[in-house]
Amino acid sequence: MSKKEKKQKKPKIKVGKLEKREARAGYFFTLPWVIGVIAFLLVPLAQSFKFMWYNIRITPMGMIYNYIGIGNFTNIWHEDPEFPQQLVTYIWQTCLEVPIIIVFALMIAIMLNGKIKMRAFFRLIFFLPVIIVSGPVMNMLVSEGAATIPSMNVQSIVAAFDVFFPTSVAESIGEMFSNMIMTLWYSGVQILIFLSALQKVDPALYEAAKIDGGSGWECFWKITLPTMKPMILLNAVYTVIFLSGNEQNTLITMIESAMFSGTKEKGYGYASAMAWLYAIVITLIVGLFALMLGSKKDVYDRKAKKFKKLQKKEERMKRRVIRRGERHAKKVARNSRRYTTYDGSGDY
Amino acid sequence: MTAAETIKKKFTKEKLHKFVFGTRERQGLGQQIAVYGLLIIIGFIFIYPILYMISTSFMDRNDLLDSSVKWLPSSLYIQNYIAAAKSMDFWKTLGKGVIIAGVPTLFNVLTGMIVGYGFARYDFKLKKLFMGILLFSYILPDQVTMIPTYVLYNDMGILGTIWTFVLPALLGNGINSAIFILIFYSFFKQVPKVLMEAAYIDGAGHFKAFFKIAIPSAVPAIITVFLFSFVWYWNESYLTEMYVQGLTTKSEWTNLVIQLKNFDSNYSTRATTGDMATSLNESVRMAATSLSILPLFLMYLVLQRQFIESIDRTGITGE
Repeated sequence: MSKKEKKQKKPKIKVGKLEKREARAGYFFTLPWVIGVIAFLLVPLAQSFKFMWYNIRITPMGMIYNYIGIGNFTNIWHEDPEFPQQLVTYIWQTCLEVPIIIVFALMIAIMLNGKIKMRAFFRLIFFLPVIIVSGPVMNMLVSEGAATIPSMNVQSIVAAFDVFFPTSVAESIGEMFSNMIMTLWYSGVQILIFLSALQKVDPALYEAAKIDGGSGWECFWKITLPTMKPMILLNAVYTVIFLSGNEQNTLITMIESAMFSGTKEKGYGYASAMAWLYAIVITLIVGLFALMLGSKKDVYDRKAKKFKKLQKKEERMKRRVIRRGERHAKKVARNSRRYTTYDGSGDY
Repeated sequence: MTAAETIKKKFTKEKLHKFVFGTRERQGLGQQIAVYGLLIIIGFIFIYPILYMISTSFMDRNDLLDSSVKWLPSSLYIQNYIAAAKSMDFWKTLGKGVIIAGVPTLFNVLTGMIVGYGFARYDFKLKKLFMGILLFSYILPDQVTMIPTYVLYNDMGILGTIWTFVLPALLGNGINSAIFILIFYSFFKQVPKVLMEAAYIDGAGHFKAFFKIAIPSAVPAIITVFLFSFVWYWNESYLTEMYVQGLTTKSEWTNLVIQLKNFDSNYSTRATTGDMATSLNESVRMAATSLSILPLFLMYLVLQRQFIESIDRTGITGE
């Protein structure tokens, strides 16, 4: 067995001069980014990981580090009981808003993808918010009540949800409804991504489906959605990241204010601990969506593979049957010969 | 008239169904009404805040208090705009904002192009690791690395200057740089390898191939990255306030969005010194908001085609 394995291994090819030169050029081209990653990502990441365990005070002599272990985390619970609460609310809000944005964007994209006059005009309107959304502008509009759909009674919605769900969930649902327009505003880029992906779906697929009698509804579930699946994942991740860095998000302003607050407990170490909690939550949410939406192969590939496997199996069975048949025939022939030799009829 | 003809002319149920819901080939009237109706309603909801903002910004105090004036102000009152522009120091802030958004954007395009080309064109051992880090750097929120970076800038003495934005952009780690690198990566992946090989056979080196073939073919991607980078830098207030303005030092650097953020306090301090005509009310605030939106809005109107087709052209969505 081991011999066979060795044989199957590819013979090691020595890297040629051309490959080496190409690799060198590749490293050269990516060099600026590598330096940047080391300077602005990896080193700060390690540093902030270190900061997390310390209480840091800034004096004219420089920074003074005081190791306090998980003290920062317990301090967060003592000093800012709002922070963990907000974190939970944030998780609920993201998990609610992302599907809404995705479904809404897909809906709009499908409508725009049909035969529609003035498509450019509608695209212009739906993409407009991308230019505008920035923290302060949104805050202004929200504070003036321009972000609410006027005839929507948010209070009663929250009250209704409060009966069935914990308060944090009801609160996030209420916040989402009261800022419905803002939630929809975040879907500009997603609409364009879906639209451009929809336009690249092979029309022959739809034609074939129509000839086989598929309705529009069936076409959507069996063709559009499976082909859109990678784009849905892309958009989901984009939306999560966008919502996390958005200045409407109270968590990041809390981190900022903790960083520059003068009290003894707070400061860089405390803010780092907050930031790490936040980052872990975001990574988990992204991971969740990736698990839910990402499959390595799309449905068609998987089905085709399954079918091929089945075919192979059948072929194997067929061969086995043929072989068995041959064996059986031989046996019969042998036996018959034996019987002819031994039946003792005395024919010969 | 024969019986068959009367049936043909009669208004049958099937015909009605066909007329409203359409056939396989043709959209029916009902469908069309539904689609256009939805699009128009949602479109109106989309621009409702903007309409509200514009209409409120032209109202004087009497209009604001008058409940009968809802959408159309009784007169075109531009005093709000004058007051808001004065308080925001509009022209100076605009110039600074353009520099803050423009210069890092240029470097973002440059570095994104070089690095994206490196990833797309060459194979090397650490490529998979690098791509992994690239994705990771996109997912990781800025807040984690923000504090040590702030300390780093402070030690370098560039806090409160535009270098805090230019330097990371130059090294491919600015705001959303990972996206731009990925855009260029996916774009250069589409340039046929044969083209490059032909160039090599004709005696071009790695750099000549990059400058003579890759860059000229990448114009759509460059436009996309430029626009998005500009918009995102323009709309960034959190990091701009922290790095470029310097939260504790408060340098001269500012942009319209930050001015809008601090509008209330700025305006009231100015009002107390007495050079403001109107006191702070929602019309002035809405006027300030529309002023801060205005430059990008004009840019959007002029370059609408580039914006809308941007994502199509980069080929993020695959071919």
